[in-house]
Amino acid sequence: MSPLARAGRWVRGHLVLGLGVLVLAYMFVPIAVVVLMSFNDPGKSKNVYAFRGFTLHNWEHPCGPAGMCHAVGLSVSIGLLATLVATIIGSMAAFGLVRHEFSGRGLANTIIFLPMASPEIVMGSSLLALFVSTGFGGRLGFWTIFVAHVMFCLSFVIVTVRARLAGLDDNLEQAAMDLYADERQTFWRVTFPLALPGILGAALLSFSLSFDDFIITNLNAGQTTTFPMFVWGAAQRGVPMQVNVIGTVMFVIAIAIVLGGELNNRRRARALVG
Amino acid sequence: MSQASEGSRSLHLSQVTKEFASFTAVDSLDLDVAHGSFFALLGPSGCGKTTTLRMVAGLETPTSGSIRIGDTDITYAKPYQRPVNTVFQSYALFPHLDVHENIAFGLRRRRSAEVDRQVKDMLDLVELDGQARKKPHQLSGGQQQRVALARALVNGPDVLLLDEPLGALDLKLRRAMQIELKRIQTEVGLTFVHVTHDQEEAMTMADTVAVMNAGVIEQMGAPAELYENPRTTFVANFLGQSNLIAGKVLGRDGDFVKVDMHGIAVSVPAQRAHTDGTEGWVGIRPEKVLIAEVGEDIDAPGNHLEGGIVTDVSFVGVSTQYLVRMPWGQELQVFEQNTGRRKIFAHGEKVDLSWRPEYAFLLDSSQDVNAGIEDD
Repeated sequence: MSPLARAGRWVRGHLVLGLGVLVLAYMFVPIAVVVLMSFNDPGKSKNVYAFRGFTLHNWEHPCGPAGMCHAVGLSVSIGLLATLVATIIGSMAAFGLVRHEFSGRGLANTIIFLPMASPEIVMGSSLLALFVSTGFGGRLGFWTIFVAHVMFCLSFVIVTVRARLAGLDDNLEQAAMDLYADERQTFWRVTFPLALPGILGAALLSFSLSFDDFIITNLNAGQTTTFPMFVWGAAQRGVPMQVNVIGTVMFVIAIAIVLGGELNNRRRARALVG
Repeated sequence: MSQASEGSRSLHLSQVTKEFASFTAVDSLDLDVAHGSFFALLGPSGCGKTTTLRMVAGLETPTSGSIRIGDTDITYAKPYQRPVNTVFQSYALFPHLDVHENIAFGLRRRRSAEVDRQVKDMLDLVELDGQARKKPHQLSGGQQQRVALARALVNGPDVLLLDEPLGALDLKLRRAMQIELKRIQTEVGLTFVHVTHDQEEAMTMADTVAVMNAGVIEQMGAPAELYENPRTTFVANFLGQSNLIAGKVLGRDGDFVKVDMHGIAVSVPAQRAHTDGTEGWVGIRPEKVLIAEVGEDIDAPGNHLEGGIVTDVSFVGVSTQYLVRMPWGQELQVFEQNTGRRKIFAHGEKVDLSWRPEYAFLLDSSQDVNAGIEDD
């Protein structure tokens, strides 16, 4: 076999692997840059996008830039509150949609998808119009953002929890009742624990949607500044390095949650084999 | 336990009817199940047997009629208010609880004492000790089935309901579990009501079998009684197989009814004649029919049929199953034990048939001769 043919064969054998590595790099290089830049010492330079030297200063003083930590706190508060409310309302709605026959159920199941399918800019501006026309125009801020976030999280919660409930065996609740559990005990001992993974998944999704949101939030925030709005505003002048610290922390938390879930799954799988 | 208190825990259904929007699933059903018996409700799918079971469990409410256990009316009681537990067809084990907690579920709801000891005893009974901390999905089908049984049994219900509990198991495991279930029932002495479409399963396990069809009980009795003396064509065909031959009733002669069967005079015991009409179906089980060479002396007095031709031969090991075409065109089934005493007949051979009159039965001619024959 000629060296050329051998090389060709090697390329063919490793082509998929090579492409895979490139795709992963494409996905993760921006994150790696965020982590790297969180240790950047920009000095007096105006160009904050160049790595000039290693420092722990950004990590030691995360709240250095004026207003940033306030914005983070606000985003987290809105995120937690909107998640809580959207998860409770959405889960109850999902139970209703799965468990009860009522006229208009088919229609309700369809229009649940509409907020997910509409462009954010449309929802954001229409919500702003609603707030202004109902006299809340001068009071835009924390609570209008909260209302907006609950609105767009609801669809995601309903769809996620509904999928989980639809997959549950009806016989389980009948078996619980057969085994002396009344309606309340059946719900808390059987139905709720089985629906919980779906509800938790919906809550995680809600929080990340809320924390992330810029377009709808920006339109309904008034003078209030959430973290995405702060970063967008700062980007006009030069992003402070601490933004990368917050980004890294968020990334690590997300990774920890995913890894935790994965480890739990593996532990179960091992128990299954053993 | 005294006779009186045992009687007070027996199950009674009276005039129970369940109507759904488009059909009547159970029609004026009367049923008494004695305490401590193994009772089977046998019938094809859609005959109302599962609906009956679910009404006893409280998972369906009867349209009319009443259900009692002893003197207590439970017709409208909630499922959790009845001294009844169910083994579901799909087992319905709680996937988020381990084996121990699945079995303890009913005990904990009733705040029973010594939960751990009771669960352990039950695990011993169903031979699952050592599996207590596994989750249901880590068990095999047969093990899950036993957990479902233990989870119901541990509560010591007055009536244990089994909804096709062996349906999901393969044939070999099913046979083993049939014996196991019977052993456990004898050991714990509880009333078992078992719903199944498998006639062999019903006959193997139950003391009393009720054959259900289209919402009503066709016939009820001990397995051998039902098999030997069916009252309807449905029972004759659904429980085992039967040859049903059209005949004209000639009259009574003492304990026997004389019937003309396509020109051949046969007799049927009076107590096995279930028609008052002038016509009827003469029934005989295939294994009761004797087959012989033409002119051979058959060791059976009475009903003797000549002019048969073998049209099909199936050798199944323990027996040979023949189809024999009779002069009037009907093919009769004949099962003969392979005792080795004589040769196996070949396709096309001429044979004589015979049976002892005491094995025959006579059914009403108004009934569908093909009722209860499964299409598979």
